[in-house]
Amino acid sequence: MSAKSLFEKVWDQHVVVPESEDTPAVLYIDLHLIHEVTTPQAYATLRAAGLPVRRPDRTVATMDHSTPTEPVTTLKDIDVVSQPAAARQIKAMIENCDEFGVHLYGFGSEHRGIVHVIGPELGATQPGKTIVCGDSHTSTHGAFGALAFGIGTTEVGHVLASQCLLQRRPRTLAINISGRLAEGVGAKDVILAIIGQIGVDGGTGHVIEYRGSAVAGLSMDERMTVCNMSIEAGARAGMMAPDDTTYEYLQGRELAPKGAAWEEALVRWRSLPSDPGARFDRELDLDVSNLAPMVTFGTNPGMVIPIDGTVPAKVADPGFKKALDYMQIEAGKPLLGKPVDVVFIGSCTNSRLSDLRQAAHILRGRKIPDSVRVLVVPGSQHIKHEAEAEGLDQIFLAAGAEWRESGCSMCLGMNGDTVASGKLSVSTSNRNFEGRQGPGARTILASPATAAATAVNGAVSDPRQFLN
Amino acid sequence: MKPIIRFSSHTVVLPFDDIDTDQIIPARFLTTTTREGLGDALFSDWRYDSDGSPDPDFVLNTPAAQGAEILVAGNNFGCGSSREHAPWALLDYGFKAVISTQLADIFRNNSLKNALVPIIVDPKTHAWLLEHPGTEVEVDLEDTVIRLANGQAVTFPLDRFSRYCMMHGTDQLGFLLQQDEAISAYERERAWPI
Ligand code: SF4
Repeated sequence: MSAKSLFEKVWDQHVVVPESEDTPAVLYIDLHLIHEVTTPQAYATLRAAGLPVRRPDRTVATMDHSTPTEPVTTLKDIDVVSQPAAARQIKAMIENCDEFGVHLYGFGSEHRGIVHVIGPELGATQPGKTIVCGDSHTSTHGAFGALAFGIGTTEVGHVLASQCLLQRRPRTLAINISGRLAEGVGAKDVILAIIGQIGVDGGTGHVIEYRGSAVAGLSMDERMTVCNMSIEAGARAGMMAPDDTTYEYLQGRELAPKGAAWEEALVRWRSLPSDPGARFDRELDLDVSNLAPMVTFGTNPGMVIPIDGTVPAKVADPGFKKALDYMQIEAGKPLLGKPVDVVFIGSCTNSRLSDLRQAAHILRGRKIPDSVRVLVVPGSQHIKHEAEAEGLDQIFLAAGAEWRESGCSMCLGMNGDTVASGKLSVSTSNRNFEGRQGPGARTILASPATAAATAVNGAVSDPRQFLN
Repeated sequence: MKPIIRFSSHTVVLPFDDIDTDQIIPARFLTTTTREGLGDALFSDWRYDSDGSPDPDFVLNTPAAQGAEILVAGNNFGCGSSREHAPWALLDYGFKAVISTQLADIFRNNSLKNALVPIIVDPKTHAWLLEHPGTEVEVDLEDTVIRLANGQAVTFPLDRFSRYCMMHGTDQLGFLLQQDEAISAYERERAWPI
């Protein structure tokens, strides 16, 4: 048998009907994650056709995008803290899941949170699975060696009704990452550097496999940060080979296999990594030894520089000029020292316990200037409680930050947590698009360490200043 | 869905690269629970001033753009989020096709599911279209070509299955549901737990 890549193995194992020139492959989906924003119309399709959800047991539902980050205990609270349309959407989700028999990790659940945070946290995300969600950052789950990608609402309906998707096989791109990360430099900086190098459309049509010694050395939280932003390079998905770090993370989690099933799963999972000699359609090498913390300066994640660098001057490009005008950032100048109005620590990219610890490490015993609003939003209720058990909330609150309930929050500003027009935000999220954090909001993407350092100084700062 | 065989229209040009789905339809409009009525919110942050009045300089607000069914955009249109609200908004506004040199994967998929024709052309054709805003273009799914006013016919890639569905107004879910036996067999016979 010829050598196969991780992607090819997972793909082949899930083909129900092979593709032909006339028809795409029918691909079986092991895990369907759903949230309130991209499902109401899909449920409506099922209802209109009189169809049930085929595998409610393979469907995991939560609410994250439009949910308030103020505490909610009763459904009445939602009306109080949410806008009417958001409240309607939340209630529709509760009713739809109830009607179709899908378990919802809703208000009051320890595992309500950002859909890409709770999948792994519950142990539902596992190596070798096909995982989809009506959300582009589904690529996050590829960190476990799953084939995970975002779909639209029509396809959400397809999966609800048939547990399958019609798919053409994507191409593959191997990114070999070597070297040792310097202190103060992390997974977020690695993925921002990759997007800067290949561009926001560099991965279009491809599934990326991140490989190499630097990947093996990353924790699961860090691996998820890298895979999460694969979509920002246009990739269909990002994957990493499962290894002992993966298994250690999963063992004992609520939905992970137990006992003999765990042992069987381990044998299967160990066969998943790409065979030696596996072929990829494209390959790319990256040495991260000299990487600095990265920050974006423009209006897409590919417009990125090292924190000690200067904004490039490509003024001949009208799009580039439009982006700098929007950001009110000058070509040829550094970003370091630029005053900011808001710091957001959260999102499916960087809201896990280790992200919060990094930020707390820098904020401990320090005061945030009054001019800066700092919002810390954990990825799930479980992470919130873990952080509180360690006293991280007290560190944030003492520094002058706000400590919230879990959700997407200021990553996309759907729930009322927004950055005001014209204000500059340093955010640990994944998109610095125009208006992403609110109409007219200006966003710089950075790691949790860079965000925390920026919060302390009230201006874009190098986290390496706080190394001790 | 109405079957589409061919249609022609004048174009509107948005020449910027990497137009993301947050520009096509900002997140604050995603609290809807239906597919309809999103056309008014299309390109909202570019189209309206902060007081909600149409910005006369934005191309969709110009008299020449009225009635256009084909959008010509800069490279890599539709990147970012998976929101199907993006093609829904474009369709609701009145667009039937989008032309670029590259379309983001999820946006392209979503467009195909809703019969918004995603058209990828070579850089030369693209440059010509950018330079001729308002030009008349015929989109022909039968031959998978676009015909330009300069006499050129340019073919574009289109998956056969999606083309069939668009030309017949077929919903892809029907096809999937016909696979029920194969799906059940897969669930029964797979060597490891579903
Ligand atoms: S945190 Fe942001 S990117 Fe992640 S799922 Fe929520 S809105 Fe999407």
